[in-house]
Amino acid sequence: MGRPAAAGTLGNAMAQVILRLHVESKSFHTDRGELPVLGRIDIALGGREIVALVGPSGCGKSTLLRIVGGLDTDFQGALDWRGGVMPHIGTVFQEPRLLPWRTVRQNLLLAQRTANPDLAGALLHALDLVPFSDAFPATLSLGMARRVAIARAFAIAPELVLLDEPFVSLDPAMVARGRKLLLNTWRARPTAVLLVTHDRAEAASLADRILLLAERPTRVLQEIIVPQELRRSTEPA
Amino acid sequence: MAGHLVSRHLATSINWERSTRLVSASVFLLSWQIAASLADNRLLPTVTAVLRAMLQQTISGALPWNLAITLGRVAAAFTLSLLLGSALGIAMGRWRRLDLLLDNAVTVLLNLPALVVIVLIFVWFGMTEIAAIAAVALNKLPTTVVTLREGARTLDPGLAEMAESFRMSRWRTLRHVILPQLAPYIFAAARSGLALIWKIVLVVELLGRSNGVGFQIQIYFQLFDVTMILAYTFAFILVVQVIEWAGLQPLERWATRWRR
Repeated sequence: MGRPAAAGTLGNAMAQVILRLHVESKSFHTDRGELPVLGRIDIALGGREIVALVGPSGCGKSTLLRIVGGLDTDFQGALDWRGGVMPHIGTVFQEPRLLPWRTVRQNLLLAQRTANPDLAGALLHALDLVPFSDAFPATLSLGMARRVAIARAFAIAPELVLLDEPFVSLDPAMVARGRKLLLNTWRARPTAVLLVTHDRAEAASLADRILLLAERPTRVLQEIIVPQELRRSTEPA
Repeated sequence: MAGHLVSRHLATSINWERSTRLVSASVFLLSWQIAASLADNRLLPTVTAVLRAMLQQTISGALPWNLAITLGRVAAAFTLSLLLGSALGIAMGRWRRLDLLLDNAVTVLLNLPALVVIVLIFVWFGMTEIAAIAAVALNKLPTTVVTLREGARTLDPGLAEMAESFRMSRWRTLRHVILPQLAPYIFAAARSGLALIWKIVLVVELLGRSNGVGFQIQIYFQLFDVTMILAYTFAFILVVQVIEWAGLQPLERWATRWRR
């Protein structure tokens, strides 16, 4: 990995590291043999830190996210959680992956282990989704569906949120609005966030740290600590 | 405003559909009545004669009694084949090895004539109530398996991964993620099952039971009483149609309301 976090700049965010990921290697099994995807990677993530993984399409960013989310355990390396227990993880996939037969509100409630309608209601409000609470996902635009997916991830009171290109394929106005609403939600409920994006500007506007990834087999090329004065420059909505 | 227009359009479309169905049924009954009156033959009774026979059998209690017995057998065989067939079909759709293991057996059952299955089960297990219901269920089982296997193969892996990522329990995943995706396949199996099962139940009753609509039809066949055969047949068709209109169709509309 690149240089360690600069003292003072990330002190609070890194105060309690909740995750240390060490990947030695990761390959996909194909008809033509093993396809190496990830090389040696080390990531430490603070409890209230937003870290962006930035790299070209197909470099293995989403695979890294799947490993952290426990969806892919077939890799060489180790995943160490604070206290040795996997925390509550809210995942926002590239496609919203909402249940089409459940309303927006029901999608949030279903993700919760114990139904918490107050938290679901607060998140619908924070992400400007109240008028669509009882709508089925098929009636929503892609931008709205993505916001529902973000609300769902925060609805489980997570200690870690995984965001896989949450605003890809949206027009610039929708992207800007989505980022603002995401940041507002995060400010109200700060948690560790691992954000995958190929957009450096998006990474700079949301993250504390940016890890630039090289192409396959992926490794960290450079770690950039976003200067305090530029960090989360997006104005609150 | 747009929503109001859409619902008005929908209501008009439903009314149009209903009146078309009503016209179709009326034309059929009228043609039958005219043809039977012109033929004046006891092998083709009139609609009114059949209705009179239905009324007389209802008053005597024979029709409701036999109808209830047959419906009980239909319900038992239908439930058994739908539950077993769905479980097996979903499992075969999810697990390739199980599919390979049972695929031949399913194909054989699919191609085995219903009569052969019924006769063999009666020969092997006796002409009991359980054997009768098992014979009917076994005839329907392979089509349910094949339908649900196809459904299980189309399950969205993205939604399964979403459920896994949110640590949903197996029961919650089955209930809220898997079964709603399979609903169209379950309804297809249920509707075709109902249509198939009641026909096979009549054959089973004709061959190996001493009551039920099938048994009554056998008696009236021996007496060459076409009026009574039609009275029992149409009474049963009517009941099955009511189950379809008042039970299965509204349930299907409710389960798929999110598509609209």
